[in-house]
Amino acid sequence: MVPPVHFTERVTMTDSTDAGPVLAADGTPLKKKLAQALFVSRARAFGLVLPLLAFILVSFIIPILSLMVQGVKNDTYSANMPASTEIMKGWDGISEPTEKMFAALVLDLIKAREEKSIGRVATRVNREVSGTRSMFTKAARKAGKLEAPFMAAMLNIDEDWGNIEVWGAMKVSSQTYSAAFYAAAVDADYNADGSFERLDEKDRIYVYLFIKTLLVSLAVTLACLALGYPVAWLLASLPMRTSNLLMILVLLPFWTSLLVRTTAWIAMLQSHGVLNNVFVWLGITTDETRFSLIYNMTGTIIAMTHILLPFMILPLYSVMKGISPAYLRAAKSLGATNWTAFWRVYFPATIPGIGAGGLLVFILAIGYYITPALVGGQDGQLISNFIAYHMQKSLNWSLAAALGGILLVIVLAIYWLYDKVVGIDNMKMG
Amino acid sequence: MSQKSLQDAFVAFDHVQKSYDGEILVVKDLNLQISKGEFVTMLGPSGSGKTTCLMMLAGFEVATHGDILLKGQPINNTPPHKRGIGMVFQNYALFPHMTVGENLSFPLEVRKIGKSEREEKVRLVLDMVQMGDFAYRRPAQLSGGQQQRIALARALVFDAELVLMDEPLGALDKQLRERMQYEIKHLHEQLGITVVYVTHDQSEALTMSDRVAVFDDGVIQQLAKPDDLYERPENAFVAQFIGENNKLEGIIRAQEGDNVIVDLDGGMTARALAVNCGAVGDRTMLSVRPERVALTGDGSNSTDALVQELIYLGDHIRCRMTVSGHNDFIVKVPNASGHKHLVVGENTKVSWQTEDCRALDA
Amino acid sequence: MKLKNILIGATALVAVSAAAASAGSITVVSWGGAYTKSQVEAYHKPWIAATGNQIVSEDYSGGLAEVKAQVEAGNVSWDLIDVELSDAVRGCDEGLFEEIDPSILPDGADGSSAADDFLSGGINDCAIANIVWSTIFAYDSSVTSGVDSIDDLFNLEDFPGKRGLRKSAKANLEMALMADGVPAAEVYAMLETDEGVDRAFAKLDTIKDSVVWWESGAQPPQLLADGEVIMTTAYNGRIFNAAVAEGMPFEVVWDGQIMDFDLWAVPMGAPNKDLAMDFIAFSTDTQRLADQASWISYGPARKSSGALVGLYSDGVTEMAPHMPTAGPNLANALVNDFEYWADNSDELNERFNAWLAK
Repeated sequence: MVPPVHFTERVTMTDSTDAGPVLAADGTPLKKKLAQALFVSRARAFGLVLPLLAFILVSFIIPILSLMVQGVKNDTYSANMPASTEIMKGWDGISEPTEKMFAALVLDLIKAREEKSIGRVATRVNREVSGTRSMFTKAARKAGKLEAPFMAAMLNIDEDWGNIEVWGAMKVSSQTYSAAFYAAAVDADYNADGSFERLDEKDRIYVYLFIKTLLVSLAVTLACLALGYPVAWLLASLPMRTSNLLMILVLLPFWTSLLVRTTAWIAMLQSHGVLNNVFVWLGITTDETRFSLIYNMTGTIIAMTHILLPFMILPLYSVMKGISPAYLRAAKSLGATNWTAFWRVYFPATIPGIGAGGLLVFILAIGYYITPALVGGQDGQLISNFIAYHMQKSLNWSLAAALGGILLVIVLAIYWLYDKVVGIDNMKMG
Repeated sequence: MSQKSLQDAFVAFDHVQKSYDGEILVVKDLNLQISKGEFVTMLGPSGSGKTTCLMMLAGFEVATHGDILLKGQPINNTPPHKRGIGMVFQNYALFPHMTVGENLSFPLEVRKIGKSEREEKVRLVLDMVQMGDFAYRRPAQLSGGQQQRIALARALVFDAELVLMDEPLGALDKQLRERMQYEIKHLHEQLGITVVYVTHDQSEALTMSDRVAVFDDGVIQQLAKPDDLYERPENAFVAQFIGENNKLEGIIRAQEGDNVIVDLDGGMTARALAVNCGAVGDRTMLSVRPERVALTGDGSNSTDALVQELIYLGDHIRCRMTVSGHNDFIVKVPNASGHKHLVVGENTKVSWQTEDCRALDA
Repeated sequence: MKLKNILIGATALVAVSAAAASAGSITVVSWGGAYTKSQVEAYHKPWIAATGNQIVSEDYSGGLAEVKAQVEAGNVSWDLIDVELSDAVRGCDEGLFEEIDPSILPDGADGSSAADDFLSGGINDCAIANIVWSTIFAYDSSVTSGVDSIDDLFNLEDFPGKRGLRKSAKANLEMALMADGVPAAEVYAMLETDEGVDRAFAKLDTIKDSVVWWESGAQPPQLLADGEVIMTTAYNGRIFNAAVAEGMPFEVVWDGQIMDFDLWAVPMGAPNKDLAMDFIAFSTDTQRLADQASWISYGPARKSSGALVGLYSDGVTEMAPHMPTAGPNLANALVNDFEYWADNSDELNERFNAWLAK
């Protein structure tokens, strides 16, 4: 028997044994020389990347940072009501409001009325305690005619001005930087004395929605995997001509406008739609008990799965395309049944594709907005829809920013977790 | 082919045909019997059908017609995993997500062999290929030669009696390839397994095999021992494909016993062994090995030659000459002491023996 | 020759665009569909004819988000916008709208001053009402019959099937309380208390599983037509349009209707503010408001217009009975309390959303 081969690769470039730096032919240190030689190519590479870098900075990083800031910063009150802001810094949030505080408030109200900023201030405080809005607008209208003592004068307009809760709301509003919006985004109240308090059961919504969004995303990811895996396998194993045709079918959703697709889903899934008609015709259900397939969670999951499917198939396909058929053959020649060969040999080799596709679909699904808005009905709404709601309808941009910030943290956490468990470098996008 | 010999052979192909598209036969009527313990190589250019034959034997391709028998039993309908045939693939096909030990253990696991026995067998087979220390490495951490050994070990670990090898050394450098050739040969002898080996490298085939089947165009052109194949090619393809060959074309003028007299196109008349040629008046191709040509005028066939080119190769000198109108006639002059020194442009005599000159199909 | 033609063409183009610029143009933003059409017919066309100015008509889906974005970006492209009352008040408070001098409004055709002629609440600091519309509920008379009171909207026993409701707290809470037996006059007082809000949500709970939620005004007639719902709340003009113009067998139930104004407002910093003010004065005179009512069944915001309301544009249908303000329709009607919603819409919508999502 031939002895095993041993390689000893040892390449010695110089014979220098001293500890000093290696020098180039002209006497400069080699490292410096190398840096000089590489500088031009590095500068050119940086120049090529620069436009994109600038674009990303302006269009992505700065907006995200400003979003994060907006979630904690709101100077509507402090900028327009300086006197009361100042005086409330010294207030503990528990004791009765003093005459001085009332005087400062009246001063601010007069100013805010003149500057037409009272509406914004009132809206800000109203977010903390509902119903205070009209107190502010009414008081501001009359503030110019008020005379000392202001406490009595204000209580005369509305006795709720003596309510400690109203002043607490003002103190919270007056903090330029506050945790109030992030607290609201996790169903908690931020009090004037700096404490947090969970909301009543009937008012809690966002934590539930975050969890629901994660679960829906998980369900969509799993559905995409279950539907996409066999298709990707077929694409990777069919001859080129056939697989190209199939690939077009897979990519078709990409080329169709979102609204066209959604409209098609509505025609397909509504209670008098194609699918239900077929079910009734087949006798699976009766005319009275048609399935609710749209405007609910089912509709959201079906439509999102359809739209996100290519994002699962493409990475899977590219990974599977790279798996040599020899592995399966090897496994079978070693005595494995088709199933064992698949499960022990082929499947592990596709894990990078599953990871990439899964992460892609999951993260896209977490932020999905249009589809749930159109086909989600009441219970198919996800957290993004509420972010949009606060951006567009309630105009509570700070709360929207806080919700968006939390969503961003969740996505980053998932990414981190994925890196820990699977490894980012073990991911193939295609 | 008698039913008896088919039953006796360890592996037998019986009138096997294979077509992928229903139009072209890539394997045309293949008949081949391999005895137990034999090392048979399927040699041929790419597209000659040799790999298809191997894949049919392994069970990855289905014969379009005919039977493949293993130990006398037809296995056409036996799925690959039930054939019990070990296989070494071109690029090793080691499972990248498993360690070396897990790779070797895999065929034993699917055979439901107990853990302690598995470990024992894996250890033994690793020692056999001298890779005992590598059980916990991943394939990617091994060199090409080491991967090759593991692939070999994996095909052997479950005691397969028949091992198929599909160009297993193709990815290795020349030195390592030659070393592995000897190692595989030794393992074959030591274990008494039957090996069917596919390659397009003739020196590999000649080095390792008991018998070589030369494939071309879906047909076995010649099935013979290495020395027969080289020295006694039966047709022009084999003569050209195996080793270096001088071909001289002409028309058969007469037949005298085992010999034919041939008028070469260049004007010379030569005497040759009638191996595979037609009748008087047909065209034929004469085959003479370069090393069987002497630089003297006293062989049974002798003619003038003009030296065109000399290439120094250490142990011998390759000399290209014009002989009988062919200007690609090669003569190997051994670099022995006192050999004749030629000069380009020199006129000289060449000659060869009649038994070294074979008249083949044109 | 060719060059000359081009030159002439170019000169002509410059001349035309210069004329257009001198005549002026405003961008008017409204809710689209049959509603915008009624405004185009009754307001835009006569104004263009009278002044020679141009109007660019755009659609939006309500709310202040777009106005806020334009004003905050300092890049206002809208000159005039048709808003709901609560948004008008809130936008005014937040400085999103220009103040409107009520003296620009002409007297009524009957001689009464504008202040007297407009329905109460129609003239605001930053907005002037043009129509009175109403949230009602409607049903398909070819499928359902015998529906006549707000109770029936919540009566699953006698009228099983899906209901369409607008996806917001507004209108739903009021209707829930009225269906629960609270008289229209006491609804908002009840809603000021926590118990009242709880009671409204409890009533909504009874039909929650049978509700299809709609968001844009065009949806309810479609839901009815598709058979997705057997009855739905809707804006009365949309149902009128489907029933009269398109011949659908839809019936309006006026019991429990909630009336609201639509108003003109000028975004702060509008590029053609003066023209927009002129358009407001023009479009809210007695005759224009009455004209609009012949295109859609929303009531004019001036009392003096009532007498001039005649036939629908089909020339057959008498408009008066289809107006929210028609006598019999007011039997159990509620006027939207904008102050209440401006104060409480944030909290109630949060709670509504929480309720909806669970």
